Amino acid sequence: MEGYLSLFVRSVFAENLALAFFLGMCTFLAVSKKIETALGLGVAVIVVQGITVPTNNLIFQFLLKDGALAWAGLPGVNLSFLGLISYIGVIAAMVQILEMALDRFFPALYNALGIFLPLITVNCAILGGTLFMVERDYVFGESVVYGLGTGVGWSLAIIALAGIREKLKYSDVPVGLQGLGITFIIVGLMALGFMAFSGI
Amino acid sequence: MASEAKKVITDPLFNNNPIAFQILGVCSALAVTSKLETSLMMSLALTAVLVCSNAAISLIRNHIPSSIRIIVQMTIIASLVIIVDQMLKAFAYELSKQLSVFVGLIITNCIVLGRAEAYAMKNSVGLSFLDGLGNGLGYSLILIIVGTIRELFGSGTLLGYTVFPLVTEGGWFYPVGIMLLPPSAFFIIGLFIWWLRSWKTEQVEQTEYRIHVVHRTEVI
Repeated sequence: MEGYLSLFVRSVFAENLALAFFLGMCTFLAVSKKIETALGLGVAVIVVQGITVPTNNLIFQFLLKDGALAWAGLPGVNLSFLGLISYIGVIAAMVQILEMALDRFFPALYNALGIFLPLITVNCAILGGTLFMVERDYVFGESVVYGLGTGVGWSLAIIALAGIREKLKYSDVPVGLQGLGITFIIVGLMALGFMAFSGI
Repeated sequence: MASEAKKVITDPLFNNNPIAFQILGVCSALAVTSKLETSLMMSLALTAVLVCSNAAISLIRNHIPSSIRIIVQMTIIASLVIIVDQMLKAFAYELSKQLSVFVGLIITNCIVLGRAEAYAMKNSVGLSFLDGLGNGLGYSLILIIVGTIRELFGSGTLLGYTVFPLVTEGGWFYPVGIMLLPPSAFFIIGLFIWWLRSWKTEQVEQTEYRIHVVHRTEVI
């Protein structure tokens, strides 16, 4: 139990996907102008990450890993080179299913998330979470915790950045640095701040 | 035709740089730049994927139904990335360990999908090939600049060869520790954008609010 808790805290803070590994940066920089939209995207990322990482974990454990097909009588088969293409397929399919399910059962949430759901397919934080899970060979329970933790961490980072940028609108930034330039420097400072967590 | 081709290659370098202007492909660009060697390898891998995917998608652009085009593009890109990943594992195993998951993340690199969608779906194979090359070079330019600065000032070496002898080894250079830490990449790219926009002023973004000095009498 303690191991799971520390994995969760680590994946939210010390190994924050956005600020320690720079994943999902395109969306992170482009969709962080308002707190509301950042919040919507954050919720969508938590949901998708919490589903896709465990699903990909099952696919990796029972289909792709070296010797994973032993249950089907094929112990010598190693399909791990098919990993990338299966994970991205799972992610795209999951996002599609989630979109349809939300549209059917939770129309309010579906409308709030709007365009962000399909965008998530090409968010590197999602695929990155899966690839780190595979690289570190997590078991199923760990992958659930890791998926949720990284989702929460990414959302936390984008909401914090949106808060800063809303205030920044009123400040006097040098001409060439306006917009993208100053955002990069702010994210750098935030990343420095998050590094303080790495002792946990 | 020749001038068109030249424009397609040179535009992404400064005028329309994928990282500094279009905000595409920032994701994997930052994490691998602590050394020049990994930056070079990453640039090479991305340019190879981008050129091949642009050419392949442009070749079949008239046969892809528009409702499933994203899936088709993703499948082509994912297959190319798998090839690059396997090649790296076979011929440069140490480097592929250092790049860790970031080679796989080329699939979700927005530059590749963005150029496929915005350019290769509408233009001929030759031009799409050049567009892939140009954008790959624009990406590589930033990676190489950041990688050079970080390795030179962070550990006093370039490609592993000592340039500034370190104090710990009897030289004179105190390494700048922050250059090895991830946040420094953001600062360097932020400053690079500042420099680029001071030079190409048409890229400056407009602010939502104008700030000007208010005299007290005006307020009253």
